[in-house]
Amino acid sequence: MGFQVEHELHKRRLGRNVGLAAVLVGFIVIVFGLTVVKVTRGDYEPENAAIQN
Amino acid sequence: MSDASLNTNLQTQEAGFGDYFALLKPRVMSLVVFTALVGLLAAPVDVHPMIAFASILFIAVGGGASGALNMWWDADIDAVMKRTQSRPIPSGKVTRDEAFAIGMTLSVFACIMLALASNIFAGLLLAFTIFFYVVIYTMWLKRWTPQNIVIGGAAGAFPPMIGWAVATGGVSVESVLMFTLTFMWTPPHFWALCLFMKSDYKDAGVPMLHVTHGRKSTRTHILVYTLLLAVVAVGMAFTGVGGPIYLTVALILNGLFIAGAISIWRRDEEVAEADNYKREKSFFGLSLLYLFLHFGAILAEATLAPYGLGGW
Repeated sequence: MGFQVEHELHKRRLGRNVGLAAVLVGFIVIVFGLTVVKVTRGDYEPENAAIQN
Repeated sequence: MSDASLNTNLQTQEAGFGDYFALLKPRVMSLVVFTALVGLLAAPVDVHPMIAFASILFIAVGGGASGALNMWWDADIDAVMKRTQSRPIPSGKVTRDEAFAIGMTLSVFACIMLALASNIFAGLLLAFTIFFYVVIYTMWLKRWTPQNIVIGGAAGAFPPMIGWAVATGGVSVESVLMFTLTFMWTPPHFWALCLFMKSDYKDAGVPMLHVTHGRKSTRTHILVYTLLLAVVAVGMAFTGVGGPIYLTVALILNGLFIAGAISIWRRDEEVAEADNYKREKSFFGLSLLYLFLHFGAILAEATLAPYGLGGW
């Protein structure tokens, strides 16, 4: 038998941590995707700087 | 001593991820996502799918953040009203300070990210929407005037305008009309809810129309706003976002909505109480379907337009 007893509190904290991790990973993926789209389309080239969509 | 020997009562109060998510009012967020998406897709400018997805997500986060700030400010009345007693703050799972921190952080984050993902105007419009909902509606109007829901309804009406702004970078007649549709829909929708929530708002000291002017007056107001809403809703059929599909949907739904409003107007409290506010509840249910199907019809017109089937 392990020394540490698994409790509902630990499950809840784990859920919070996993949830936050998923949010952060999702945010990284979105920023990466947006960057790829904008750079590929040349949004940041000087002549296209005014076009944002 | 292990952690498991801590006080059980305290442990059950600790928030899970879902409690923080509940702060963002997911049901309201779903309406925000849907109407913003329709505004974005109905606009006459194509948006890259990745930018559209990210923009809608940031609009949703902004809407959720304003929900968290609303719960932060209204924690005292949420604890009194039965409908809101199980929210994360009154139930003791999340503190007011946490809700404030989450709301402020996500508000700033969502506006900046939307501006970066789409354009600055869309980001500013989202910032104004959050300001309007939190400061103008929640802090000022809600506890001060029975017209709270009429003016405050504007906050919930901005998302399709923001979606349109993501695509076009500005405002147009069509986006203002989509705003007006939701703006005019909000009062009859909320007042119907008030009629069958009975004493909730009175107990909390919120001056809703039925508390200050009585239930008969509220029934009259529902009818008047429903008639005005019908003019806007059907009139939209003849604009750039309308078409035969929208017109058909609008005529049917507004016919049903007006019939429901007349039925509510003609009832007195004794009759309503006898059948447990059956008609008020069905009118409220219809109001949810009403908005969803109107925006669904706008979406259908926009989706079918490239195939020569949508629009006039």
